[in-house]
Amino acid sequence: MAVATLTCGLLAACSNGSDKPTLNWYINPDGQATLTELAAACSTDDYDIEIQLLPTGATDQRTQLARRLAASDSETNLMSLDPVFVPEFANAGWIAQWPEDLAAEVLDDDVLSGPAETVRWDDGVYAAPQWANTQVLWYRKSLAEAAGLDMSQPVTWSQVIDAAASQGGTVGVQADRYEAYMVWINSLVAGAGGEIVSATETGSDAEVEIDSEAGRAAATVVQELADSGAAQPDLSVSREGTSLPFMFEGPGEFMTNWTFVYKNYEPTDGGAFTQEQFDDLGWARYPQTVEGEESRPPVGGIDIAVGEFTDNKDFAFEAARCVSSPEAQKQLAVNDGLMPSRQSVYDDQELIDAFDPSLLTLFQESLESGAPRPKSAYYNLISGAIQASWHSPTEVDPDSTPADSADYLRAVLRSEALL
Amino acid sequence: MSAVAPPVRDDQQREKPSPGKADRPEVSDRARQEQRLAQRLVAPAVVIMLLVTAFPILRALYLSFYTYSLTSPEDRAFIGIDNYVTALTDGLFWRDIGVTVLYMVVTVGIELVIGFAFAMVMHRVVFARGLIRTSILIPYGIITVVSGFAWQFAFTYQNGFINGWLPGIGDSFNWFGETTPAVIAIMVSEIWKTTPFMSLLLLAGLAQVSDDMIEAAKVDGATWWQRLWRVILPNMRAAIMVAVLFRALDAYRIFDNIFVMTSGAVGTESISFLVYRQTIEQFQLGMGSALSVLLFLSVLLVAFLIVKLFRVDLAKARGEE
Repeated sequence: MAVATLTCGLLAACSNGSDKPTLNWYINPDGQATLTELAAACSTDDYDIEIQLLPTGATDQRTQLARRLAASDSETNLMSLDPVFVPEFANAGWIAQWPEDLAAEVLDDDVLSGPAETVRWDDGVYAAPQWANTQVLWYRKSLAEAAGLDMSQPVTWSQVIDAAASQGGTVGVQADRYEAYMVWINSLVAGAGGEIVSATETGSDAEVEIDSEAGRAAATVVQELADSGAAQPDLSVSREGTSLPFMFEGPGEFMTNWTFVYKNYEPTDGGAFTQEQFDDLGWARYPQTVEGEESRPPVGGIDIAVGEFTDNKDFAFEAARCVSSPEAQKQLAVNDGLMPSRQSVYDDQELIDAFDPSLLTLFQESLESGAPRPKSAYYNLISGAIQASWHSPTEVDPDSTPADSADYLRAVLRSEALL
Repeated sequence: MSAVAPPVRDDQQREKPSPGKADRPEVSDRARQEQRLAQRLVAPAVVIMLLVTAFPILRALYLSFYTYSLTSPEDRAFIGIDNYVTALTDGLFWRDIGVTVLYMVVTVGIELVIGFAFAMVMHRVVFARGLIRTSILIPYGIITVVSGFAWQFAFTYQNGFINGWLPGIGDSFNWFGETTPAVIAIMVSEIWKTTPFMSLLLLAGLAQVSDDMIEAAKVDGATWWQRLWRVILPNMRAAIMVAVLFRALDAYRIFDNIFVMTSGAVGTESISFLVYRQTIEQFQLGMGSALSVLLFLSVLLVAFLIVKLFRVDLAKARGEE
């Protein structure tokens, strides 16, 4: 006991010098300043919330959190978790199941159905949705106009690629070998009426469906872009941030990207973009994979989970509720363009003032018709196998890639192939 | 050579060969006591070494016979050598081995040539010796991750300088889009970083070559080229082979540059990177352990081949003969 007291006295991490516990909240870097404010605002007389920063990439965030939790780390109290990892973490017993009364509060009728679904696993609730993300088609109005593309109507990937190529513009996507490439492929496949895997509740026995017409339609889009003059030079290593500069360079671009883009281009004092440029920024529904078939935009976001091994679980649940409250969601949306997972926040006057009304409507529409990624405790294997088979985008072939990726994914799920 | 014979110690005088023990000299009590003391002094270090190295190695060997994922620990099961069979029959494993060997052969080959040139410069330079030696060694003092980032920036088309400098390369050429250019970029960063180490090892060998021999060759009319090939290099053979052995084993375990520059994409993954992904990213401790064991065995094989094929005599290199 004396040794423990002495050790804790020497280690700052044990406490902040008083009996008041400190809750560590592992956050991803999006909206860091706002999250820091939220941590301060949600600290109480009973506990303090301290921000701990995770790496930028979703996969790296998962790795870091999982390594802590696999070692039963009692100081991982709260965590911002990409929704696709909730099933894996819940299945491994790393995140705490929410008590029914609290679960009912964070998942009331106000929460949009898409984000609400991401936090459920095996009849339990394992996180609280904090913000919900979706992708739309951002474009330079002057480029679309010059190409004669009517953006008031739904557009297909093929039309967008042709329009950009005809004017010397480009099409920005995320096709590096990382999670966002899986996001793109998933939306392309879903947009053609298919899915990558089904029966995911059976774990490693899930049905692999990507070797289908929908899979081939998705591969056709990837190949068409890779072979087109509209492909950006760094297509195979393109990420969310790399295609941003193309918007106002030369003729401009069409770019599928997350909601934060609006705030990125917003003109500010001493900022990089002018009002004239901002006025030339357009947005439309995510492109269709197949003409006439409704597109299925990507959905993402962040859920707040509580570590299973935390010593102060009650405080952690209370803190998680606070940082995912409607007020917190409003701040994240207004300051950082990270959109709310609650319907009522979209109706808030502050949000309406901060965004173009048509954009808010588009975000909600995209979230509601979005294509969630496979909900599986083996998601990381599924995503990794698809990324490995479909990368590099310049080598994607509709005749072979979907079939090869299906064989590979089956073998990976059966532990018969290395990933 | 000294004309005076060294004094013979008392215990050495008593060491006479006994019948039947011709090879083993009799050990004196004092020597035996010294040995015992040495063993006692070394014991704590040996125990610690066993704990920190032997235990993880044995643990990895044990885990390699299990299917064991951290995300579903309750599904852990003994599967014998299945992990090894899966790995050894998998195309990805052999592809990564091939890429790793390519990294090793090309980088060590180029480093040997450039490193030797640097060693000659450091050996011969008469002015600003300290400055030149320090300048050559600076890259080796830089952390590999930092040098990886520096070279990644240098090769990117947005803010790098490589595309602008190289003739015949377009300004928007993406070095990390295809296997060949990406592997070249990784090799360049590896060569830049570790050539100084190679040159340091070679410099030590160069210093061992007697000036008298070079002088004698010169007097006999040997050209510079002949002196290099017939006198300097043969006399440095042991040092060169040690340098090649050290660097080859190092290069075989290449990881940092790949992690920073491509994350293993577009076929640039090495065998170490594969082990990392299985163990740290996928949490497949069973398969990751099996791959670690295979990596360990392949490192031993590479070391064995270099020692045997090139007939490296490590004792000679240390100057023990």
